[in-house]
Amino acid sequence: MKPNQETHIVGTKTFVLVWVALLFLTGLTIEAAELQMGKWSMLANLLIASTKASLVLWIFMHLKYERRLFKLLLLVPIVTITIIIGLTFLDIWYR
Amino acid sequence: MTDLTHNEQKSIDYTGAKLGMWLFLFTEILLFGGMFLLYAVYRDVHSADFHEAAKEMSLVFGAVNTVILLTSSLTMALSISAIKNNRRTASMLYQVVTVIFAAAFLVNKFIEWQDHILHGIYPNSPELLAMSHGKILYFGLYYVMTGIHGIHVLIGAAIICGTLILTKQGRITSNDYIKLENTGLFWHLIDIIWIYLFPLFYLIK
Amino acid sequence: MEASFYTTKSKYPGIFGWLFTTDHKRIGLLYLISTLTFFGIGVLLGLTMRLELIRSGTHFISAQTYNAVFTLHGVIMIFFFIIPGIPASLGNFIMPLQLGARDVAFPKINILSWWLFMIGAALAVTSLFTGGGPPDTGWTFYIPYSVRTGTNISLAVFGVFLIGLSSTLTGMNFLTTIHQLRAPGMTWKRLPLFTWSIYATGWIQLLATPVIAITLVLIIVERFLGVGFFDPAKGGDPILFQHMFWIYSHPAVYVMILPAMGVVSDIIPVFARKTIFGYSAIAASSIAIAFVGYLVWGHHMFTSGMSDTARIIFSFLTFLVAVPSGVKVFNWVATMYRGSIKVDAPLLFTLGFIFLFSIGGLTGLVNGTLSTNLHIHGTYFIVAHFHYVIFGGAVFGMFAGLHYWFPKMFGRMYEEHLAKLAFYVLFVGFNLLYFSMFVVGYEGMPRRYYDYLPRFNTPNLISTIGSWILAAGLFILFYNLIHSLIKGEKAPANPWGGATLEWQTSSPPPHENFDQVPEVTQGPYTYR
Repeated sequence: MKPNQETHIVGTKTFVLVWVALLFLTGLTIEAAELQMGKWSMLANLLIASTKASLVLWIFMHLKYERRLFKLLLLVPIVTITIIIGLTFLDIWYR
Repeated sequence: MTDLTHNEQKSIDYTGAKLGMWLFLFTEILLFGGMFLLYAVYRDVHSADFHEAAKEMSLVFGAVNTVILLTSSLTMALSISAIKNNRRTASMLYQVVTVIFAAAFLVNKFIEWQDHILHGIYPNSPELLAMSHGKILYFGLYYVMTGIHGIHVLIGAAIICGTLILTKQGRITSNDYIKLENTGLFWHLIDIIWIYLFPLFYLIK
Repeated sequence: MEASFYTTKSKYPGIFGWLFTTDHKRIGLLYLISTLTFFGIGVLLGLTMRLELIRSGTHFISAQTYNAVFTLHGVIMIFFFIIPGIPASLGNFIMPLQLGARDVAFPKINILSWWLFMIGAALAVTSLFTGGGPPDTGWTFYIPYSVRTGTNISLAVFGVFLIGLSSTLTGMNFLTTIHQLRAPGMTWKRLPLFTWSIYATGWIQLLATPVIAITLVLIIVERFLGVGFFDPAKGGDPILFQHMFWIYSHPAVYVMILPAMGVVSDIIPVFARKTIFGYSAIAASSIAIAFVGYLVWGHHMFTSGMSDTARIIFSFLTFLVAVPSGVKVFNWVATMYRGSIKVDAPLLFTLGFIFLFSIGGLTGLVNGTLSTNLHIHGTYFIVAHFHYVIFGGAVFGMFAGLHYWFPKMFGRMYEEHLAKLAFYVLFVGFNLLYFSMFVVGYEGMPRRYYDYLPRFNTPNLISTIGSWILAAGLFILFYNLIHSLIKGEKAPANPWGGATLEWQTSSPPPHENFDQVPEVTQGPYTYR
């Protein structure tokens, strides 16, 4: 099915650039781990992973070009899983 | 009383199909989310053991698999752009390459697992049970999470084989590519899950 | 009947035209028949338990059998009946009509959902007769017993997994339908409240079910591989299992009740001839309940060994979730105030719902308070509470909807006097059966026990007699409906004078729902 409105087709160059960025971030995250900064390494790694995930979502998965509803809806599972993990830790941390 | 024009209906159907796929992806986020919850709790409780256990993992295998999946995401995205531009052969080629990458990922995983299993590290093995609690949990999570992720890779690859056939048959075209687009969304999510699994299992130093 | 969806020619012959249909109305009826059949089986299991418990001492069944009976009663009633419940049957049939749509967004996935449901149920039923016999863990499958027991857990749990997948796909389907397929002019603020409730429920089905899916998978993995996630000997935490289980199973109760509340919100304006009081508040409260419902699961675990901090916060959040429900009850009552009320069967069941659900809800506050919970956890007080909200609430709501939409679905009127008789018999039986449980529960009688101390004899006897009266009420109700299917008076398109779109087409509707797609120019509860 093709939408009535004009479809935005992402160019090869954009995709390749994103891919290069992803590879770079992969290297970065390996380095951050090697630096062995303990808790900060984990935080850095999670932030880098989230950046990579965001790039995949935004460009590869076309979310940048989708209507606002899709972007808003994505927040729902993210907030849900965050709350679930958070409330569980209220138990784990305070036993 | 009105009825929609053909194009209006197609537009609604296209958006609807895409919306449905995104909603399905949300369920996958929650499915893996349950496992990430387990990981988060046990890593918090046994952080030292997790660090120790992670030393058994091969960074090379993990990094190579990460690159493989990232590249497969690229080729998947390119296959969709190609069909939108009416370049059917290019789209099919990119889909084939994506499946090859998927297979490579699974072969790597198999070798990794085999290596661990031959060293006596598998759920409920005597060697594993002799280790500390944190290590037992780490490897349990490793097998379950990469195992369920691997099943998704396999399913994704199978579906892409399906879209490949549909593209060849002219049932996925520049006018009707939602099946390929939705398959791409699924594939990218599998990539995103690995993007998180990689540091959580391989980069705990 | 003339050209209705019943007579439409399918590309499949005979019954296969129903089994492989993609028509949401036929699928709704498939679900209705299958879920009500499971309800019947669940009722028989319940009656069996009550018969055994008529007096202290062992009578007809062994302790092991009793454990299997209460497990199956729970599994069947919850997973095979009330969770698919209203959404899969009435939601499937009515919601697209209320939207002015011709079908749901994904008709093929809709029938796939039903097949997954049936296959899952079949597998779970098979577990009764193979391997180590029927599960005896309770429907909650708590670890470690669910891992250690020799009964047929894996098969049963896998069946439930498939039913969960069915539910998830239905949620996805309904959400997409409501977003995409509203008729021209049907803005969000003109949606009937039943559809709003199906929408809110869809979000719970979508996001909560995967958590039980992974939990069930982990039970199977544990039984076969002994990974140890919940085994203290391997470093695991059994309380974490309970967390994962209730993270789904608490929101699941809102899957059960929200659609019933939606039915009530649609029925009251029609039978009070008055627009709903506080439309936005009721719609918003459905979303609020869906959201806050995710935050309270720990109240099932107050005695499990959870931290005090968690217990206090979960108790506080539990009190919060009562607020939007209260908003609904106030708005329903306000709608009826100074209305022109006609107490036909749909409204009678609705009034029954409000009364019984309120009792259930208020006792929920007793359960949610830490100090009292310590006393009544694991007793019949809890059993009474949830039967008041699920049976007195959700199921009475379903009965209200069944009667309300009976003419639309079947093109016939049910017999009004019999329906009212059924209600009164049901109401008496229900309260005898379950109110007694509040009494013995408060006095300390534990649940899931095959026997009890003689001092609990009298309320138990009353409860068992209540179960027979209840069964009689159910019999009258379904006899009436089934008899009316065949012999009932033909129904007009709009017997109740409803203003929502499903009443603007014939009873029963044609295959494509509307001859012409309606254009909506006003809200759903506008009466002259």
